Amino acid sequence: MDNIELMNALVLISNFVLIPALSYGSQLALATLSLTIIYGVLRFSNFAQADWMSFGTMTTILFTWYLQSLGITGDFLPTALIALPFAIILTALFCLLIDRSVYSFYRKKKSPPIVLMIVSVGVMFILQAIVRFVIGPNDRKFFDGEKFIIHALDFKDYFGLSEGLTIKSTQLITLIVAITAMVSLFYFLQRTKMGKSMRAYSNNEDLALLSGINPERVVLITWVIASALITTAGVLYGLDKSFKPFTYFNLLLPMFAAAIVGGIGSPIGAVIGGYVIAFSEITLTYAYKKFFVYLLPESLEPSGLMQVLSTDYKFAISFIILVIVLIVRPTGIVRGKII
Amino acid sequence: MTDDLRAPLAFTFMGILLALVGFTQSWSVSLSIINLCLISSIMAIGVNLQWGYGGLFNAGVMGFTALGGLTAVLVSYDPVYEAWDKAGIGILISAIILVVSITLILFAYRNIFSPQFRNTSIIIIIISAILGINSFYGPSIDIIESINPAKTGFLGGLGLPIIFSWVIAAFVAGIVAWVIGRLTLRLRSDYLAIATLGISEIVIAIVKHEDWLSRGVKNVSGLDRPVPYEIELQQSEWFINLVERINYGTLNSVQAVSSRQDLLNDLIIVSSGIFVKLCYAGLFLSVLLLIFYLSHLALNSPWGRMLRAIRDNEEAASAMGKNIFAQHLQIFIIGSAIIGIAGAMLTTLDGQFTPGSYRPLRFTFIIWLMVIVGGSGNNLGSIFGGFFVWFIWIEAEPLSIGFMNLLASGFEYDNPIRMHLLGSAAHLRLFIMGLLLLLALRFMPRGVIPERIQKK
Repeated sequence: MDNIELMNALVLISNFVLIPALSYGSQLALATLSLTIIYGVLRFSNFAQADWMSFGTMTTILFTWYLQSLGITGDFLPTALIALPFAIILTALFCLLIDRSVYSFYRKKKSPPIVLMIVSVGVMFILQAIVRFVIGPNDRKFFDGEKFIIHALDFKDYFGLSEGLTIKSTQLITLIVAITAMVSLFYFLQRTKMGKSMRAYSNNEDLALLSGINPERVVLITWVIASALITTAGVLYGLDKSFKPFTYFNLLLPMFAAAIVGGIGSPIGAVIGGYVIAFSEITLTYAYKKFFVYLLPESLEPSGLMQVLSTDYKFAISFIILVIVLIVRPTGIVRGKII
Repeated sequence: MTDDLRAPLAFTFMGILLALVGFTQSWSVSLSIINLCLISSIMAIGVNLQWGYGGLFNAGVMGFTALGGLTAVLVSYDPVYEAWDKAGIGILISAIILVVSITLILFAYRNIFSPQFRNTSIIIIIISAILGINSFYGPSIDIIESINPAKTGFLGGLGLPIIFSWVIAAFVAGIVAWVIGRLTLRLRSDYLAIATLGISEIVIAIVKHEDWLSRGVKNVSGLDRPVPYEIELQQSEWFINLVERINYGTLNSVQAVSSRQDLLNDLIIVSSGIFVKLCYAGLFLSVLLLIFYLSHLALNSPWGRMLRAIRDNEEAASAMGKNIFAQHLQIFIIGSAIIGIAGAMLTTLDGQFTPGSYRPLRFTFIIWLMVIVGGSGNNLGSIFGGFFVWFIWIEAEPLSIGFMNLLASGFEYDNPIRMHLLGSAAHLRLFIMGLLLLLALRFMPRGVIPERIQKK
């Protein structure tokens, strides 16, 4: 085996497995962080999470269209990035409205988490109706600006390999935005007074109240941060692929799986869980035939596709990992809460 | 209003609504709604057993419904002998490898105590199982799917009457529920919800993509029917006589022989449709009543009291020596089995199995809505919820189109806003459902027909 073959194999894997998994993982990690923060502070599993993501993405798309109609674009960056802050504000306001009119009643009554979970199913219906009503159930692409950073053909010519490496600009944007968001979130949670009071409230509500933390403020900040995270995650996912309400709804299971795998209620766990789920989804459904053709001598070349699971079973993978974690280590990778 | 009066009032109200549909739209429409209401009620009882009596949140109702539907196909469809001859062996060998390797994994997990040795042996078993199954499974399904793909292209079923599938579906759903329950019921309540959500997606993925088993999205149609076909009825002597006798007055008022015959023919066609739907309604109603009666007996027995005790206070029940996990597992299996029965009944009613039509909203969350609106912890409430919510779900569509027409009436005919409003009327239905759930939870958390608190 010579070096060219090895290089080809490595480029192939990074092009089809590593880079897509890294960007999908970042998107999933942000979404799971949002789920985890709601879970940690408000203490319920939010079934409306995925549709909330559609809602945030929808508002971004609307702002993007508005900006484009004014002639404002992001030049080589997607316009959606300029629209994002406005969309976050609108989504957060909408969430606070829902919190005031729906969730706060049960919070004051100290209802068990499962009741809040059922309430979130009702909110899910309503969000779904609003999104479908406003923007429709169809597939929408809202990406503009420069599409590729590295083009497969240029890469092939430059390095003289038979495999090309493509890096889409959305993948790089995803990575940069996600890392920035995560770092600032952890800084906020660990270093600022508000972040500390949020953690205190999550840890022990009564004790936090005793030490003078204003619960309403904590709840408010929680919704705002969770909205920002979920909207960002949704927009990055939509830029990378496309926006379709039903596809977004189907991200609910990977999100839950990531939260549990990482350790529910733990922000670090959410990030790890997001990447674990994303990498397993992509590595287990990739057909490795070509990879082995490069690496192995001709006599040993595989005849099948060398695919562990067909891509039809992406959901199954999050679920299987979930089950394995539940059996082997129910608290998740980073020890989360078991309430 | 006392609680005793609520149930009769609620059901009278429901009867009036259905009769209104009968008079204003047609009795055929009303009967179709009733049939689906009956099936929905059975599903709602299943969920109510789990949630109302057991306190378990099953977010995978859709999966058990689909399992029931799949069972209906596998029991009733005629076997495709050619496929069995050519590739049945391959599928059987794969199944045997699967079962043997799962047993080996369980054996290794339980009996090998050194963690490293245990993990490596489990991984080796998994890899060899995947390799083994791949070498038999792939070629076999290619053969099966290539046999007459336009008509069959799958293994077919057992060729038994479809009614049997209702019983078998209960076992299939129960076994799957046992597996999920074993894995998740020991953990906190959210995990069950998430795990069931996952398993239902997997079940749907399997029935959609494993064409050799279920024909996938190509659908299986022309299933066996437990009731006569309309066309047979229209030609049979006794049915024509029956229609003549029932409509004696109307027919006699017509003088001319030819127009009398035309009227009779029309009546026969309409009545044959109604008769078939009535047959279904009778079958479904008897299943519903049987399940209702059995669960009523069970829940008023010491076993039922124990379940409620566990739901209300796990620690106390546990201190009394009750095995909480075992009881939860029991009620989870029973509830899922009932949902499986309803799933098989639904496929029987449709006469076809369409994996693409299983959506979590329609099959999981609407059923939840039925239980909560009807009154969790009361099976009568679930039956009412099944009727009421299904009725709203069906009638929400014409209502929202009417509402949108009203909203859009101020605009020009081809105004884009008007077009958009009318085009998205269908989504208003989701909004109505969500609002119904939130309102019920807020203002009527015990439901229309609440649970009876028994004092002794």
